[in-house]
Amino acid sequence: MSEQPPPHVGLFVTCIVDAIRPCIGFSALQLLEEAGCRVEVPEAQTCCGQPALNSGDEKDAAALARQTIAAFEGFDYVVLPSGSCAGTIVHGYPDLLANDPVWAPRARTLAARTHEITSFLVDVMGFRPKGRRLSATATYHDSCAGLRELGIAAQPRALLAEVEGLEMRGLEGNDVCCGFGGTFCVKYSDISNAIVTEKAEAIERTEADLLLAGDLGCLMNMAGKLNRRGARTRCFHTIEVLAGRADGPAIGEEG
Amino acid sequence: MSAPEATVQVSFKNRAKTALADRTLKIAIDRTTGTAEAKRAVAVAAFPEFQAARARGRAIKDHVIAHLDHYLEQFERNATASGATVHWASDDAEARAIITRICLDAKAKLVTRSKSMLGEEIGLPHALADAGIERVETDLAEHIIQLAGEAPSHIVWPAMHRTREQVAELFKIAHHPPPAADDPATMVQSARRELRAKFLGADIGISGSNFLVADTGATCTVTNEGNAELTTTPPRIHIVTAGIEKIVPTTAHALSLLRLLVRSATGGELTQYTTFHCGPKRPGDADGPEEMHIVLVDNGRTRMLDNEFREMLRCIRCGACMNHCVVYRQIGGHAYGGTYPGPMGSVLTPVLNGLAGSRDLPNACTMNGRCAEVCPVEIPIPTLLRAWRIRSWRERLEPGSLRVGIGIWAVLARRPGLYRLASRIGVRALRLFGKGGWIARLPLAGGWTAHRDLPRPAGRTFMDQYRAQQAHKEDRP
Ligand code: SF4
Repeated sequence: MSEQPPPHVGLFVTCIVDAIRPCIGFSALQLLEEAGCRVEVPEAQTCCGQPALNSGDEKDAAALARQTIAAFEGFDYVVLPSGSCAGTIVHGYPDLLANDPVWAPRARTLAARTHEITSFLVDVMGFRPKGRRLSATATYHDSCAGLRELGIAAQPRALLAEVEGLEMRGLEGNDVCCGFGGTFCVKYSDISNAIVTEKAEAIERTEADLLLAGDLGCLMNMAGKLNRRGARTRCFHTIEVLAGRADGPAIGEEG
Repeated sequence: MSAPEATVQVSFKNRAKTALADRTLKIAIDRTTGTAEAKRAVAVAAFPEFQAARARGRAIKDHVIAHLDHYLEQFERNATASGATVHWASDDAEARAIITRICLDAKAKLVTRSKSMLGEEIGLPHALADAGIERVETDLAEHIIQLAGEAPSHIVWPAMHRTREQVAELFKIAHHPPPAADDPATMVQSARRELRAKFLGADIGISGSNFLVADTGATCTVTNEGNAELTTTPPRIHIVTAGIEKIVPTTAHALSLLRLLVRSATGGELTQYTTFHCGPKRPGDADGPEEMHIVLVDNGRTRMLDNEFREMLRCIRCGACMNHCVVYRQIGGHAYGGTYPGPMGSVLTPVLNGLAGSRDLPNACTMNGRCAEVCPVEIPIPTLLRAWRIRSWRERLEPGSLRVGIGIWAVLARRPGLYRLASRIGVRALRLFGKGGWIARLPLAGGWTAHRDLPRPAGRTFMDQYRAQQAHKEDRP
C-alpha cells in the first residue's frame, strides 16, 4: 500500500476564491494534504476563462484554455474548489479546442484528470475527514454546474455526514439555480434578483444556521441576498466546514 | 416575423421588468409549472425505461433529420394517394398565402382552429383576419386568449399566464349568457356552449399536427379536449399545417415519441385524444371532410440542418424545458417576445426572427442546465444557447462595454504576473468600499449591488498569502 507515491495534485484556486475568499483555497490545500496528496499551486494559473466562454468570446476563452492546460499538464490530477470551473475544464475545453489538432488531445487529457474537490476526495481518494465537530444545523444548495455537468450530489453530503454534531436539513428546490449564472446576474439583474429572492426565502424557511454550497459564485449571490434581507444565515463553502474552518468568519463576516 | 409588432418594439428587458412586477402572473405561472413539474417527476419515476425511451426518441429524430428528404417524399406520395393535397411552403409568407388561398377559393366565412404553435409561427391568425375570415379558436386556453386579444404564453398551456379568477372575469364579460359560477366545471360548460355552434357552422377546420407518418401519409394530432376532432371532422375542408421536422417513419415511431411527449408535458401516459387523419372522407364514410390539405412548412428548418442548431430539430414541443426553467418561471412566456418561449424559444426565435433583434434571449440564461436535463429528446439547449452567444460576439452584436470589459480582463488573465498585480490592487481598492464584511454599493457593479450585498474581499489574495507561506517555509532550514 505505502509503496504508492502520493498523487501529485495541481490545485486550481479559481479567480474569485483567490480574490474574495482565500480561506476556501487554504481549506482545499489542507484537505488534499490530509487525504495524502502532494499539492502544488502553479504560478501560471489565473482564471479558467468562463466569463469569456459564456459571453461568446471564443478566442479569449481558447487562449485561457491553452494557458491553463499548459500550467496544469504535469500533474496526476487537477483539483478545483468549484463545480463550474471544473466543468469548464472537463467539458468546455475539449469542445472549445476540438478543431485544434495540437491542443484537442491535450485538452482531453487534462479533462480526464480534472476533478471538483468533493468528488475528488470521495471518488478518487476514498477520503473521509476525521475528528471534525461542529454543533450547528445546515442546509445544502446543489450548484448547477457541479450537479449537472459533473454529477456532484452524493459526495459533499457523504463528507458532511462525517462532521459530528452537524445536523443537515433539506432545502426545498435544492437543485434549482440560485440565479447567479456568472455575468447573468449583472446583465439581467432584475430577473436574477427574482430568482435569488425565491432561493433566499427557501433557505430562510429551513431555519438552518448555515448555508453550504460548493461554488463561491453561487454562495456570494445567496449570501449577499440573505444579508440584504437581514437574514442571520451564515454561509460557507462546503470544504471550509470539512476543513474545520467554520469557527472562523463566514462569508461577509469581518475577519 | 410573426410576432405581433407591439411586442417586437419593446425590449426584452422591459418586457421582463413588466412581467416581474406582475404578482398575479407569478401566481399563475407557479401554479401551472409547479403542477407540471411535480406530475412529470411522478411519471418519470413510474417509467423505469424512461432513459432508454429518451435515447430511442433521440435516435428516431436524428435518423429522420438525417433523411428528411427521403421521408418527406414518402409522406407526400402516401398522403396524396390517400386523397389529401400536399402543399409546400418555404417560409411563413408562403404558408399564409397557401392557406388564405384555400379559404378564399372555398368562399369560407368561418374557420375553426385547433391550437398549433406552427400556426402562430406563421402568423395565421393575422392572415385570416386580413382576409376577412372569421376565426374561432376551439382549444379552451386558446379561446381564453382569443377573448383577451393575446398570444400564447406557453406551447402546451397557451393561457397559463392567467389565473382561474382572471378567466372567470373574462368569461363573465364575453360569454352570452355569462357563466353562472366560476368553478372550473361551470366555466368549461360555458365555453363549450359558446363554441358548439361554431364547430358545426365552420366551413374549414385548421389544425396542427404532432407527427406526420411517412409510411401511411397520415397526420397525427393529440389533444386533451377533443376540440381538434370537432375542428377537423365536421367542416367541409380540413387544413393541416406542420413543420417539416414533424415527420416520422412509421406509426410505431410516432407512438414512441408520443409516450415521451405526454409524460414530459403533463405527466400523463397518453393524451385523451390521439387522432390519425389519413386523407379526406371516402365514398361510404359516415363523416369527415371532403377535402384535406396538408401544408408542410420549412420556414428556416432546412437552414438548421446544416448549422450548429441542427439538434433543435429534434424538439417535439413538450414544454418541459420551460416548466423547469428558472427564468421562464419568473417572467412567463410573453416576455420572450417570439412565438416560442422559454429555453427552446431562446434557441428558435433567433432562427425565425433574426439574431439582431433577439440577442437577449440566448444571453438571458444562467446556463444551469435543467432544461437539457428534462428534455425528452436530449437537446443540449445550453450548448445551443452558447452557440448563439458565439455568433452574437462574432457578429459584434454584443454591447461595446461588454466587449471592452472582457477584452481588458482577458489581457490581464493571459499574463499571470500582471494578473497577480492587478488582483492585488483590485482587492485593495474593493476593500475601500466595504463597511464591516459587506459592500452595499459599488460603482460599475450596480447590477449586483442593486439587489444584494457583495462580500468584502478578505484582504490579501490567496496567491499572495500562499507565496508568502512558501517563502517562509523555504527560509527555514
Ligand atoms: S426543447 Fe426539449 S424539453 Fe423543450 S419543448 Fe422541445 S422537446 Fe420539450
